[in-house]
Amino acid sequence: MTITEDAPAGHVGSRRLRKEDPALLTGEAKFIDDLALPGAIWVGVVRSTEAHANIVGIDGSAALEIDGVNEVLSGEDLAPLWGEGALPCAWPVTPDMKNPAHLPVARGTAKYVGDAVAVVLADSRYAAADGAAAVVVDYEPLPAVVEIEDAVADGAPLVHADLDSNECYTWGLWGDNAPAIDAAFAEAAHVVSERYLQQRLIPAPMEPRGCAAVPSPAGGELTLYSATQIPHILKVMTAVVLGIPENKLRVVAPSVGGGFGCKLNVYAEEILCSALAMQRGAPVRWTEGRAEAAVSTIQGRGQVQHIELAADADGKVTAVRVKLLADMGAYLQLVTPGVPLLGGFLYHGCYDIPNYMFECTSVFTNRTPTDAYRGAGRPEATYAVERAMDSLAVSVGVSPEEIRARNFIGADAFPYESAAGLVFDSGDYQTVLDKAVALADVDGRRAEAAQRRASGSSKRIGVGFSSYVEMCGLAPSRVLASLDYGAGGWEAATVRISPTCKVQVVTGSTPHGQGHETCWSMIVADQLGVDPDDVEVLHSDTAVSPTGLDTYGSRSLAVGGTAVYMATEKVIDKARAIAAHQLEASEDDLEFSGGVFRVRGTPEAEVPLAGIAFAAFTAHDLPDGMEPNLEAHVTYDPPNFTFPNGTHIAVVEVDTDTGDVDLIDYVAVDDCGVQINPLVVEGQVHGGILQGAAQALYEDAVYNSDGQLVSANLGDYLVPSAAEAPRFRLDSHATPSPTNPMGVKGVGEAGTIAAAPAVINAVVDALRDLGVTDVDMPASPQTVWRAIADAQGGAS
Amino acid sequence: MIPAAFDYEVAESADHAISLLGEHGDDAKLLAGGHSLIPMMRYRLATPSVLVDVGRLDDLRYIRTGNGSVSIGALTRHSELEHSAALAEACPMLASVAALVGDPAVRHRGTLGGTIAHADPASDLPAAVLALGGTIVAQGPGGSREIAATDFFTGYFESVLADDEMITEVRVPAGSGGWNYQKFNRRAQDWAIVGVAVAGGGSGVSLVNMGSTPIRASGVEAALAGGASAADAAAVAADGLEPPDDLNADAEYRSHLARVLTERALNAAGVA
Ligand SMILES: Cc1cc2nc3c(=O)[nH]c(=O)nc-3n(C[C@H](O)[C@H](O)[C@H](O)COP(=O)(O)OP(=O)(O)OC[C@H]3O[C@@H](n4cnc5c(N)ncnc54)[C@H](O)[C@@H]3O)c2cc1C
Repeated sequence: MTITEDAPAGHVGSRRLRKEDPALLTGEAKFIDDLALPGAIWVGVVRSTEAHANIVGIDGSAALEIDGVNEVLSGEDLAPLWGEGALPCAWPVTPDMKNPAHLPVARGTAKYVGDAVAVVLADSRYAAADGAAAVVVDYEPLPAVVEIEDAVADGAPLVHADLDSNECYTWGLWGDNAPAIDAAFAEAAHVVSERYLQQRLIPAPMEPRGCAAVPSPAGGELTLYSATQIPHILKVMTAVVLGIPENKLRVVAPSVGGGFGCKLNVYAEEILCSALAMQRGAPVRWTEGRAEAAVSTIQGRGQVQHIELAADADGKVTAVRVKLLADMGAYLQLVTPGVPLLGGFLYHGCYDIPNYMFECTSVFTNRTPTDAYRGAGRPEATYAVERAMDSLAVSVGVSPEEIRARNFIGADAFPYESAAGLVFDSGDYQTVLDKAVALADVDGRRAEAAQRRASGSSKRIGVGFSSYVEMCGLAPSRVLASLDYGAGGWEAATVRISPTCKVQVVTGSTPHGQGHETCWSMIVADQLGVDPDDVEVLHSDTAVSPTGLDTYGSRSLAVGGTAVYMATEKVIDKARAIAAHQLEASEDDLEFSGGVFRVRGTPEAEVPLAGIAFAAFTAHDLPDGMEPNLEAHVTYDPPNFTFPNGTHIAVVEVDTDTGDVDLIDYVAVDDCGVQINPLVVEGQVHGGILQGAAQALYEDAVYNSDGQLVSANLGDYLVPSAAEAPRFRLDSHATPSPTNPMGVKGVGEAGTIAAAPAVINAVVDALRDLGVTDVDMPASPQTVWRAIADAQGGAS
Repeated sequence: MIPAAFDYEVAESADHAISLLGEHGDDAKLLAGGHSLIPMMRYRLATPSVLVDVGRLDDLRYIRTGNGSVSIGALTRHSELEHSAALAEACPMLASVAALVGDPAVRHRGTLGGTIAHADPASDLPAAVLALGGTIVAQGPGGSREIAATDFFTGYFESVLADDEMITEVRVPAGSGGWNYQKFNRRAQDWAIVGVAVAGGGSGVSLVNMGSTPIRASGVEAALAGGASAADAAAVAADGLEPPDDLNADAEYRSHLARVLTERALNAAGVA
């Protein structure tokens, strides 16, 4: 089924401006650092400058001489606050996974540059910073493990001395399929075997982290404000780690300036501020600095990928075999070990490949922990399979679009059960690709590229494809159980109609830039026949929205939005019963549209929702036994994931004299299911593409051999700006998901998942006739120039 | 990203600024646009105990042309150079290079005097002033002196300027001749990985980020003077230099870029 582009009947489908923006654009929105908390104790964190070292001594005397600095506390000094309580990892992916205790402030040994080794308590943020800078830590350096492959080398130093190796776990997915896979490779006409590197990335949201814990001395209660994506999860985890009764804890996420996964965590500073606030009976707060964030907030990616494809003579892929080495960093954060698994089901991409084998070994290194970063495992998987498919196309001698066409899961194959064990909901991958090819004018670009080559121009044109499918809508709780994840995947919503027929929606999904308020309002407005501005959306405060599982994994709309939709349906059901009572008609004879209940066939017999709302409030004349008020709560556990997909095409111009890559055109055709608000969808896709292109061309968390992060500031860590953005040309092709009533899939990560391989495939396409077959990410000018020089037989 | 504590004084004139500098010794720093100094303070790479703010000295914001020369007040913002019709006429190269500095926010704060005084080998305008054969006017307790741009820069972030001296004016000859500026960077707002400025049809050639100072490419100039083609002259652009090694470029790649960009700049400046 496809949706045609007719003008939308209601609000859903329209390009409505975001409700959130006026407050954000006028500065009215309040972020964590805007909170005024008189008398707060400011925390400054002293961070290890060594990748691996014994902490021999901590001298706070100079710090204590600074005006406004009151205390300097080591990990030992703080021990009574949490004892052996460690930061939580919610995803023990195997029973024998190693999870070394990760204390909020290190004791004895520092294990990465940025590891907290002491804290300063001060009267102001300035004094805290001065104090932290003045603390002298005496380190006894230990050998550090920096690169992933070095962690598993013979004789590698140990990140954790009490473990017998740096291996955290090995997780595989192949069942009893190994013989069939070996046979497929033995019989293959074409075998592609590639090694790709996923460099580490620094998430760098516009707002770094921060938190403030505010005790209520009378009640013994604690409110934790945090720039977090997950107030609900943070509440449970903080209660468990510190032994605070959950009913005494409230977590509030104020306006949050982006997260991209890095605020999907339970961090040392949140535990530290909470524990200190309880102990001192005073507010305790911390605001992260930008340079601090580079080492103290989780990083993304960090994998070495080996992928092999077996194909028959026509290029039909018969098997895929993947071995991954994944970098956990020094410790496991909330879902660190699970990130490679989220990609582990998708290394066959959007192709019908009967034999599947995935194995991941994850290792500890002396670097900042990794964790979920926009796409979380799926960009890595898509990169590997989409780069490898291009290599296969070359081997078979067909175009990139042809090799994809020969292998796509057919539009008639849905629901499609993949060899990795997922059931894909819906899609029409070939139509999507055809649309993208036409929009990008691939033939015209290729003609231009050929002409440039023929004329000997140093400005080469390359066209790169990336067809992707991702699993979103995390997640069916039982599936999470089978993956040993420590929580469910449901989402909750409450919908209330007030006496004057205004609507209050309480969502457990926590926005931090996505536009939940706008989209939830549009959905509910259409269902109830009210104006979206009459719908208020409450969220991000566990006192207001007590039940929820927050925002990550492109789950908000498919799970949280569906919960809102279903709660609204429940409210309408109740209103219908009251309307039937008032109209003295059977509920079955009532129709509801445009906010009015009517008796079918008796047009004059009608009652507006506003009338029902008031009647439900006064409760003067309700059906016998009915509770007053219009309100309903739903917790929705999705029966399946959703599977957004698409084809992106990047066009680059590569200057072969300098290695400079210019992204001159970018076409994306996405199937994110039914779109609630195309403006919001496009915003997500634009940002997502630029973030993926950033991995391809700009961003790299570079560590030297001592384990020092060399690209620790935004001058050296190249987050692209609007000036670097390509011309985005978007189209869509919706196949509604049958998994949920609105047919939605999710779009938060799609751009990031698709973009990197499209860009690198384009760069390699531009340079293939010069002998270049691969370029590492990021394809910096120097890297591209060297790749050309190497392919031409040495530096020029 | 929080600077160390400092005191702050507002200078009411150049004389006042210089006397404040004398008073506080080498703990004091002039603050102009603040777009080099403040970032260094936030990283605590600079920890001056007193800032003397000259940013409000509007009498040092001017662009005057005449007598074959252009005189620019030290507090003139990059954006004023970029948008000045007089400068576009008298010295189009300087206006055009100013437009390539950082991003609009940077150009609205950063000053010509500040970027020259900062003496960052990766900055654009110092190299342009060098290629143009400019002169820097510095005022100290004992009065003013004129320093040829070729004599001004002495090392990484170092110049002949004394601690109690202030740049008040920068002068360049009118007419840029055949000119071009090649700036190679990865993001629009960034400093050049390598830059090449050509003025006077190749009589002045300078290099950005190829050593510890903005560098006059004397080898290229000499080759051109001796009748070499642009390609042959460009081939010696990196000879004898020790370019820096950083995340964007190692010395070998920088040298390569210097040759490529010099040839492009010469060609664009009309040198065959
Ligand atoms: C994000 C960003 C991007 C940038 N990109 C570029 C770029 O692409 N190219 C480029 O060239 N520059 C770039 N810059 C630097 C910018 O041009 C600075 O403004 C300039 O280098 C310094 O000028 P200022 O007026 O801000 O000096 P300040 O920062 O105020 O001062 C710099 C130094 O000069 C001294 N000083 C200032 N004025 C005088 C004076 N009149 N006499 C004596 N000493 C003085 C100060 O004491 C200080 O030591 C960038 C800056 C930023 C923040």
